[in-house]
Order: sequence, then C-alpha cells, then structure tokens
Amino acid sequence: MLYREVGDFKASYAADQATFSIAFDRWFYHGILAFAILVVPFLINDYWANAVILPFLIYSIAAIGLNILTGYCGQVSLGTGGFMAVGAYACYKLMTAFPELNIFFCVLLSGGVTALVGAVFGLPSLRIKGFYLAVATLAAQFFLVWLFNKVAWFYNYSASGQINAPERTVFGFEVTGPEAMPWSAYLFCLVFVIGLAWAARNMTRGSNGRRWMAIRDMDIAAEIIGVNPLGAKLGAFAVSSFYVGVAGALFFSVYLGAVEVTEAFGIQKSFIVLFMIIIGGLGSIFGSFAGAAFMVLLPVLLKNIMVGKLGWATDLAAHFEFAIVGALIVFFLVVEPHGLAMLWRIIKEKLRLWPFPH
Amino acid sequence: MIRNGRSFDGRVDAPADSGAGTGRAAETPGTSGAVVMELRGITLRFGGVTAIRETTFDIQEGEIRAIIGPNGAGKSSVLNVINGFYHPQEGEIWYQGRQRGVLKPHQIAHQGIARTFQNIALFRGMTTLDNIMTGRLTRMKSGIFRQLAWWGPAEREETEHREAVEQIIDFLEIQAIRKTPVGRLPYGLQKRVELGRALAAEPSLLLLDEPMAGMNVEEKEDMSRFILDVNDEFGTTIALIEHDMGVVMDLADRVVVMDYGRKIGDGTPDDVRSNEAVINAYLGVAHD
Repeated sequence: MLYREVGDFKASYAADQATFSIAFDRWFYHGILAFAILVVPFLINDYWANAVILPFLIYSIAAIGLNILTGYCGQVSLGTGGFMAVGAYACYKLMTAFPELNIFFCVLLSGGVTALVGAVFGLPSLRIKGFYLAVATLAAQFFLVWLFNKVAWFYNYSASGQINAPERTVFGFEVTGPEAMPWSAYLFCLVFVIGLAWAARNMTRGSNGRRWMAIRDMDIAAEIIGVNPLGAKLGAFAVSSFYVGVAGALFFSVYLGAVEVTEAFGIQKSFIVLFMIIIGGLGSIFGSFAGAAFMVLLPVLLKNIMVGKLGWATDLAAHFEFAIVGALIVFFLVVEPHGLAMLWRIIKEKLRLWPFPH
Repeated sequence: MIRNGRSFDGRVDAPADSGAGTGRAAETPGTSGAVVMELRGITLRFGGVTAIRETTFDIQEGEIRAIIGPNGAGKSSVLNVINGFYHPQEGEIWYQGRQRGVLKPHQIAHQGIARTFQNIALFRGMTTLDNIMTGRLTRMKSGIFRQLAWWGPAEREETEHREAVEQIIDFLEIQAIRKTPVGRLPYGLQKRVELGRALAAEPSLLLLDEPMAGMNVEEKEDMSRFILDVNDEFGTTIALIEHDMGVVMDLADRVVVMDYGRKIGDGTPDDVRSNEAVINAYLGVAHD
C-alpha cells in the first residue's frame, strides 16, 4: 500500500481539517492504539514497565503539557519539575485525606490543583517574555520544592520527609503500591495518555489553539485581532500545568511509589522535559511523544549495549551515557532544529512522492 | 457576507501612479454621510514629544478616508490611537455615535475595528488559512472545554467560519497558498494575506497602514483593486495611510493631511491638491 492522498477526496471542510487526513496515517494510528490497548498489557513485564514504558507514558504527558505552554503559546517555562511536585503532593494529600476516593479522580484533581498553582505562577508572563520569563518560572521551581521540603503538613509529618503512595485499586485491580501489577499500572497510565493527548490535539487545532499560536508568533498583532493576552496566556499556563500535574501525580503514585521532593522533582526534571519538547519538536503533539521516547529510551538502550553487550563497568557506562546522549542532542539540533516532528513531516512529504519523485 | 457577481467596472484600469486621478468622490458619492469614527481635539504626547496636536477629523460610513503626510507627521500614531495602542492625553474619540472610554486593543477589536500593519505582522508559524482564521476569533465563541471534545459545537463552529474564510480566500485569489506557512510567501502575498486576516473579522472600520509600501506597480494595482472591491462590495469603511500620491488621489473619497502632528488639510483629493499648506508641507516653503 502506497502512502498517497490519491483517491482520498475531501468533500467537506470537516474532512479537510481531520487530524489524519491520509488513509494510511489513520490506519497506522488506529493500529498503534489497538496494539497499545490489546497487545501490550499481555506482553508487559516488570522490567519493561519500570524501565521503559511507564516513564515514557508519564513523560509524554508532561511533555505535551510543556509543549502547550512553550510550543504553542510561546511562553518558556523552567518550572515543570516544581509543577510536577505540586501534582504529586496534591495526589498524596488527596489519597490520604480521602481514602474512599478513586485514584483516577485523585489524579485528575491533582491536575486541577496544579492548574490553579500554574495560573498563579503564570501571572508574570503578562509583563515579561522569553528568557526573563524563564527565570521567573525558575523561581517557581525552587520555591515549590523548598515549600514541600519545609512545610511538614505536605508530607503528613512523616519522619523521613518522604511521601509514600498507599495502595489503591481501580475496578478491583491494584494500580499503586507494591502489589500493583505492571499491566494494571500500564493501562491506568495509558488511559490518561490517550485521553490527554486527544484533548490536547483538539484544544490546539481550533480557535483556542490559534489564540495561543497568535500570542506566540506576534503578541501585538494577536491583541489587535481580538485576543485577550491575559486570558490566552493564563489559560495556557493553567492547561499546561494541568498536564504536568497529572504527570507528577502518576510519576509519584504509579511509577515511583515513594518520593523525596528534591530528588524526584528537582530542576533536572524541568530540563529533561524541556529537552524532550525541543528534541521532539515545539508545537507538535507527536513531537512530545517522540521527544519523550528519545529521552527515555536512548539511555536504556545505551546502557544495555554498553553493559550488556560490551561488558563495560556500570559506572563507566553511566558516564558515557551522559556524553553520548548530550552529543546526540547537539547533533539532532544541528541537523534538524525543528525536532523529530519536523523530521517525521519531511519523511512523510517524501513518502507521498516515493518512489517516483519527479 | 460576500455577494456574488462582482463587477469590475474598470475604474482602476488607469495605472495607479498616473497622478491624473480626479478622486472617486466626484463619481461615486457612495457615502451615506453617517459618521463612524470621530476624533475630537486629540493630543498625544510621549514625554516632551507631541506626536499628535489637537487633531479633529471624522470618518464617514462607507468612505475611503486617506491620511497622508510627510514622515513623522503622526499618521501611524493616529491609527494607533484609533485602535487603542496609544491613549491620547486630551480629546475625545467617538465611535458609532458613542464616546469611547479607555479600552484595550483587544476590546476595540471586538467593537469591529480591524487593521493591517506597515511592517507585516502575520503569524509566521501558521499557514495562510490559519492566519485568516485568526481574523475570525472575535466571532468565535467555543470555550476551551467545548474544544476539548471537538465533536459537536466546536467542529460546527470551525466549519462555519472556514466557509467564511474560504470566501475571503477566493476574493483575494490566494487559493493556491491556502496551506503554505506565511513565512515562505513573497512580500506582496503576505500583504494580501494580512488584508485577508483583517477582512475576516468583517470589520465596520478597516485601518490600513501603508498597504502598498514596498510593492511594484503591478502589486499596487492589485492591492488598489482589492481595496476598492472591499469598499464597494462589503461597504466597509476604510481609513488608509499611503505615501503613493497617485494611489491616494485615485482611491480616496476624502483626505486628511498631517504635518508635525497637526492636521493641515482635509477634504476631497482635489481640495487637498490645491491647498496651500499641503503644497508647502510637501514641497517645502522658502523661509525668508
């Protein structure tokens, strides 16, 4: 089957605006969805879930969130780690305060709490832009981490200062706590990933997304055509923080289980997620996934090759891993500054003409 | 919104730079005389600099009103006052029969004033279609939660507005570049897309800041025709700043002339052409 638009006639504007306008793309997308829902749960084991798949899914949510803010609305943020911490601690407080409440709603509500916090920290964006805004969000990062360390109420006065996820079930299957099965944790995260990615695509394809992109491309012109910068920017901060908060909640409750805030949600988290969207592609939902996959899979792959195949010492491999990942990031940015999403777009353009390019 | 059966009556067949235009006021008295926008005694200062000094003029419904003057005369400042970028220290602004308070630019956009910029201010990362769709934002209502699900109201609204935008794309003859990112378009087309974005808002007052700056004769003729068509077919009131006198004299129903922030002339192109102060401002005057 060739990758073509030929014979794919669009008879309505709705069809022209479809996300996957080429039949092949549609099949591919549905195929992946079906594989992820129907096949992966039966294959997944502890190693794959914890080393690769769970972090990939959770970071994808965070990357989509940051991409909404930075890629679509043009507001640079270095507060991602701090907002993830808000999601995690909100989730912890909700789980312990309302043991009856389903974990699903705990995670959603944590996103809501983070959205509020994010909107507050988004206020400076009305006055400052670019690097200066990045520094202002950096303040959010450090303040939030400090807060969760300092105020014992957030970690329920536990002696270690850690928060531990209690066991919670969905439809009788445990998704958090030590007894959770890899497949149930996986499906739990997958539901959020699919729902949130779908919502993100819808939010960015219509008038709302255009509002954000107008602010990103030229805020003065955006105002002239009737975009309220206050609403658009704070909206982007709130939505973005909702995503990041959900990611933080899942990261804590499903993936790690126990969290110490400085370690889990420090400044390096903010940078990792920022790298993901830069490498994946700003302003692209697919790019968020691609970037998350790149940053999660590559280190695992390198480690397996260096330790497993070449038999190097673990510490040596760990250092080399940093160097190689760093070099690859530089390489990618030089070759394709618009990220993996752009690379993917170029491949698709070429594929449309292949094998007869002239 | 767009009527079918446009008539190109050949009025712009004469090259725009002929300089022999007699102004349209004589042949098409299409204005109803109702005042859309009135500036009364506007003074705008930036610190010690007075950009606009006690300027009073009005824009009538359905007319093409040109604002001309040498560089630094305060023309762009006038447009910026009209659409709310600057707030004058003195004077009143009356819009559609009501005095306007201090509003933000996006609120003024919602009142039906659209504009283009001297330096193109398109959204470079977006396609032509998306750029023109942003022009419809003042008319789109779906909130973020409706958009989440997309099905139903959000999609319907999108399609409705897409139809209106497609008519503008047809009108401006830019069908072929519908899905091209505007950053890749040549200058003349970008100007046209910007006009399209302003038109998409279906404004009751359209401000054009040097719509023909940097264009060659052919592009100017195209643009002149679009401006005339917009005015004729949609009855849109237009205020434009332009340096090409041939174009101004051909297009405008009435002309305001400014110099050093003051209004020095106001009237039909013919009146203005024979105005002593205007001639002095443009040609210089001997100081003896």
